[in-house]
Amino acid sequence: MTYKVTKKNVVKAVVAGKRFDGRGLFDHRDIEVRFGVSNKAEGSVSVKIGKTEVVCGIKMGVAEPYTDHENEGTMMTSLELLPLSSPNFEYGQPTIESVETARIIDRGIRESGFIDFKKLCIKEGEKVWSIFIDIATINDDGNLIDAGSLAALLALRTARKPVYDAEKDKIEYGEFTDEKLPLNVDKMPVTMTFFKIDDSLLVDPTRDEEDACEGRLTVEISKPGKEEIINAMQKGGEAVLSAEDIEKIMTEATKIFKKLNSLVESEAEKFEKEGKKKSKK
Amino acid sequence: MSYTKRIDGRKFDELRETSAKIGVVPNADGSAIFAQGDTIAIAAVYGPKILNPKHQQNPEKGVLRVHYNMLSFSVGERIRPGVSRRSQEISRVTEWALTPLVMLEELPGTVIDVHINILQANAGTRCAGINAAAMALAHAGVPMKELVSAVAIGQMGDTIVSDVTKEEEDYEEDGEKAATDIPIAMLSNSEKITLMQLDGKLPTRKVKEVMEAAREACKKIHDIQVKALKEYS
Repeated sequence: MTYKVTKKNVVKAVVAGKRFDGRGLFDHRDIEVRFGVSNKAEGSVSVKIGKTEVVCGIKMGVAEPYTDHENEGTMMTSLELLPLSSPNFEYGQPTIESVETARIIDRGIRESGFIDFKKLCIKEGEKVWSIFIDIATINDDGNLIDAGSLAALLALRTARKPVYDAEKDKIEYGEFTDEKLPLNVDKMPVTMTFFKIDDSLLVDPTRDEEDACEGRLTVEISKPGKEEIINAMQKGGEAVLSAEDIEKIMTEATKIFKKLNSLVESEAEKFEKEGKKKSKK
Repeated sequence: MSYTKRIDGRKFDELRETSAKIGVVPNADGSAIFAQGDTIAIAAVYGPKILNPKHQQNPEKGVLRVHYNMLSFSVGERIRPGVSRRSQEISRVTEWALTPLVMLEELPGTVIDVHINILQANAGTRCAGINAAAMALAHAGVPMKELVSAVAIGQMGDTIVSDVTKEEEDYEEDGEKAATDIPIAMLSNSEKITLMQLDGKLPTRKVKEVMEAAREACKKIHDIQVKALKEYS
């Protein structure tokens, strides 16, 4: 819980264009990526943004396809707000916060064409691969939507398919192939959430800042060709947005897209290099 | 290839036949039905009333709660009755879309329950729900600053259209999904946005065009809402 007096001070600072940690309104905290947090997962990663930490694990299974997409694999995104990560989270049914966040992250990945679902078909109408993107919070200091999404992208980029025995119709969990997931890397969507305090906008809030916000707009952008494409958007919170707010968000989003996109690219590349070194030994 | 003619023959900025009626649930403090083409939403408002259990009360302002629900028979293949992840999310974004209308600071300790049910669905159900709920709130005599109107703007190929149908949502070009769905709710006076979602593929340069289409469409819907409210009183 953020004290009212803290919220007031956050608002005062942000209205003056300042933040407690000295960042500019559109600056991120330091981002740190660590791969392989679980060797049981098909792909896994920890992402830290300042003091916020989330982990994401990819698991795969074989399932029946949906009747309206008989030749396509399936995907499910879930988010657990672990009580271990914050005094504000409790055990029990998934809260609306976790459901909404997972659905936002899911939407960008699904709509962008980042995953080639047709290549996840094993036998049309009968068997397809399903991808489970499971995200969990380790420490909550704000901006969980963007952190979770970043973790999902990195886990997907570095996941390897498990061994599947078609005859026995069984996955040999724990045994991995060298085969990556069928991804269209050029269509990778980046998630950016803009928060509104009074008439100011900012990104990557700490928990105190986020609690002082009246609303947010999440924008998920990919750049498959020359221009930026919005794959998903969602307004959250009670704040209202003006046409000028949206214009400002689009301008800043283009800049942030570049930064986060190249961060994912360089981290994924690092993983490939290090992975190859290991397999040579 | 491009989307030069709408599947149902409408103009790009033309809404489906729209009708609205106030006072359809006698038990409720306020109620309305809003139909847009084949999409029909019915909304009922109960409250403001004392919020129980007491610990959920906010001593500073009232609470607006939205319950969005699609009836199991409102779509092609039956949907399981009850709360789903989708309906939870829509309830939440609808709360955010409606809260800025209501002077909740005048109603501390109370709750306003808004129940939205979809009788028949052909795309744009969350928007129809918001339109019905705004009228139901007015009918209930809840202190309000202004009304809100919502519409689903779509991009078919690279054409921007207003009030998309299910058939348009499933529009494809070269065997690929080519429809983008953008539900938007706009306040009637200040023209500020209270709901905005998107899924699909919209170039950032087209955001302005989408906003303009939403503004025009919301104006038309606002007129229908006002007309229904006047007819009732």
